Amino acid sequence: MPLSSRHLLGLQAVPKDDIQLILETANTFREVLERPIKKVPTLQGKTIVNLFYENSTRTRISFELAEKRLSSDTINFSHSASSVKKGESLKDTIRNIEAMKIDMIIIRHSAAGTPLYLTKICSANIINAGDGIHEHPTQALLDMYSLKERFGKLEGLKVCIVGDVAHSRVALSNIYGLKTMGAIVSVCGPSTMIPKYIEKLGVSVTYDIDEAIRENDVLNVLRIQLERKAGGYFPSLREYAKYFGITRERLDNNKDITILHPGPINRGVEISSEVADGNNQIILHQVTNGVAIRMAVLYLLGTLN
Amino acid sequence: MPDQIKVIDKQALDRILTRISHEILEKNKGSENLVLMGMRTRGEFLAARIAEKIKQIDETELPLGILDVTLYRDDFRTSLKQPQVSVSNITFDINGKNVILIDDVLFTGRTVRSALNALMDFGRPSSIQLFILVDRGHRELPIRADYVGKNIPTSVYQEIKVKMEEIDGEDSIYLIELNKK
Repeated sequence: MPLSSRHLLGLQAVPKDDIQLILETANTFREVLERPIKKVPTLQGKTIVNLFYENSTRTRISFELAEKRLSSDTINFSHSASSVKKGESLKDTIRNIEAMKIDMIIIRHSAAGTPLYLTKICSANIINAGDGIHEHPTQALLDMYSLKERFGKLEGLKVCIVGDVAHSRVALSNIYGLKTMGAIVSVCGPSTMIPKYIEKLGVSVTYDIDEAIRENDVLNVLRIQLERKAGGYFPSLREYAKYFGITRERLDNNKDITILHPGPINRGVEISSEVADGNNQIILHQVTNGVAIRMAVLYLLGTLN
Repeated sequence: MPDQIKVIDKQALDRILTRISHEILEKNKGSENLVLMGMRTRGEFLAARIAEKIKQIDETELPLGILDVTLYRDDFRTSLKQPQVSVSNITFDINGKNVILIDDVLFTGRTVRSALNALMDFGRPSSIQLFILVDRGHRELPIRADYVGKNIPTSVYQEIKVKMEEIDGEDSIYLIELNKK
């Protein structure tokens, strides 16, 4: 069964079968990543453009590696070194790139809805690599894959997303995906960072981090996004760290809890160095799995006829 | 329901595998440096049976790998159905080994071509030999088998269906007449 869509814009309304297929397909690519030659010829002749209008290390490298390991041709675009600086509009940029005969676009943009817009102005497959505070589907998929690897299943798993939920595309994609897969999802953070509508998505809210640690199997700790002016939502970083930072002492209440973090880490703010390097976290597994998940998505979309 | 004729039954299949196991040992002068590589799906079970036979004959346990060649196929752009990928499972080093590649049916030769490419990505074997249970002809690439269970000449309106106890519930080979359209 192929995927039901030829784009991956977000996990909202993506059916369970599709998520399942992506997670299972990623197993194949996990195996490829363990080989001496970590490359397969599957997407030979396909051209993929990485269109990053926002800065990124992990996601861009991860996508680029995934593309190269599938033998596709890869073009990198970063807004700071392009004609965008000369005032070219997004639409013109896309039209021009498409005219060079490309097959797929990976887009990151600060405006929510940009990937959806691209599907309307060009015919390439579009993959959302993060659009503003909306969605970041491949991150949520790799989080789910990492949890499935650790726990064997997602159904009934208790996951709490901690931090700036209101401004987090990682949070929203995780909520959609995890709910679809039958996990029990909650959020925790300062009240200024928990959106009012959140309970309508079927997640519960707590403002007490110690309760969140006691009650859950997994914490997905979000980064405090200083570039999105997160500093305005709480008095100081020190105060945030004091009330919501994940520390060794706090984890004494639940020594088995698994900690995820999408990176990059603000050590000493949302997570202490001790925890970030400790036994509860699987942060670097997430990064490895990220390449496999992205290969799976590229494969499933790139070989669709 | 298309017409189908059973061309090989359980006993005949077992005899073929016994003969091939001896042939493999004869040609390689024993089991030293040999590894078996079954191609998903039915090659995997054939390889396991051959491993069992060689264990009885030669009292050695050969390394057994499973190869999934989906990612190496050449029909992604032409076939309508997206192939489902699975995982290769090769837990040993194939460098310098004599690899016996095992599959159920040899037809166009394209799957074997994919398998050769896939194997090269796992290392540099000293040799690769091919065992095919049924050779049905119609090659599109210059590929031949080193060990052939049975030659069954077919027309393009026929199909060979290998069934194995492990997943099909019986050991047999059927020749199926497809409806001409």
